Amino acid sequence: MLLLTCPYCGVEADETELTPGGEAHITRHGAGANDDDFETYLFMRKNPKGVHFERWRHAFGCGKWFHAARCTMTLEVFGTYSGQTFEPPKTLINKIKKKRPDWEGFVK
Amino acid sequence: MSNAVSALQDAVFKGSVTIKDAGLQGMITLRGDLSSDALAKAVKTATGTAIPETGCINSGKKGAAAWMSPDELLLLVDYAQAETIVAKLDKALAGTHMLASNVSDARAVFTIEGKGIRDVLAKGSPADMSAGTLGINTLRRTRLGQLPVAFWLGSETTATVICFRSVGEHVFNWLSTAAQKGSLPGHYT
Repeated sequence: MLLLTCPYCGVEADETELTPGGEAHITRHGAGANDDDFETYLFMRKNPKGVHFERWRHAFGCGKWFHAARCTMTLEVFGTYSGQTFEPPKTLINKIKKKRPDWEGFVK
Repeated sequence: MSNAVSALQDAVFKGSVTIKDAGLQGMITLRGDLSSDALAKAVKTATGTAIPETGCINSGKKGAAAWMSPDELLLLVDYAQAETIVAKLDKALAGTHMLASNVSDARAVFTIEGKGIRDVLAKGSPADMSAGTLGINTLRRTRLGQLPVAFWLGSETTATVICFRSVGEHVFNWLSTAAQKGSLPGHYT
């Protein structure tokens, strides 16, 4: 069972109250982009065993999109943060590095 | 004009707790900048309360204001006054990025009374119903079964549940089933 704390309403929401939004921090290549970039944007997703950044929507609550960092293997949640950002906050990255010294760091 | 009725027309179920259709309740969805003074003033005029803290509901003499999301409030007002209040909000907040809409007839409201209210709601919702997390006047938007609802406790023995009117009958039946006599686990009582 995954419990994520919504950064907007502060509610510790159960997985069933949320809608998953897939991988976070994807660069959206639109009109005018070359085929390789567009393909990457549409189809290429990370599938790490370990630290993963994701988008979630608090669908049965305040309805806002937010970001979460969790471990795909242990389901440990490192933290959640605002949806209005292009990359995870530094404090969160440092926190994850402390817990997972082998982690290669945030790669966009 | 047609005769306005609430979703379940004053239905009552008496089991381990009492579930009642709350009757006609004026409800206004208000979206805007919750940190602005103009909005705070408009809410004060409409309901007599201050803007609620995150995840809370404030009750006043004329009504109540519930925090729904970082940019949305639900104002509970007198049913007959709802349209007038929407017009006043539109006027008071004109020129700002806002929306006020009368949703009185789009929602159903139930009150639950009795000692087992936390147990009844916990049967269908993943929300932590313990007093530490869900205190008095904490508004929790969550699901009941598979339906979105919002509820809050006015006291340890009274709760109010709001859901979409289209599923009002289902929610009432669902709550009635969950409140059958002798069926409460007694986890919170």
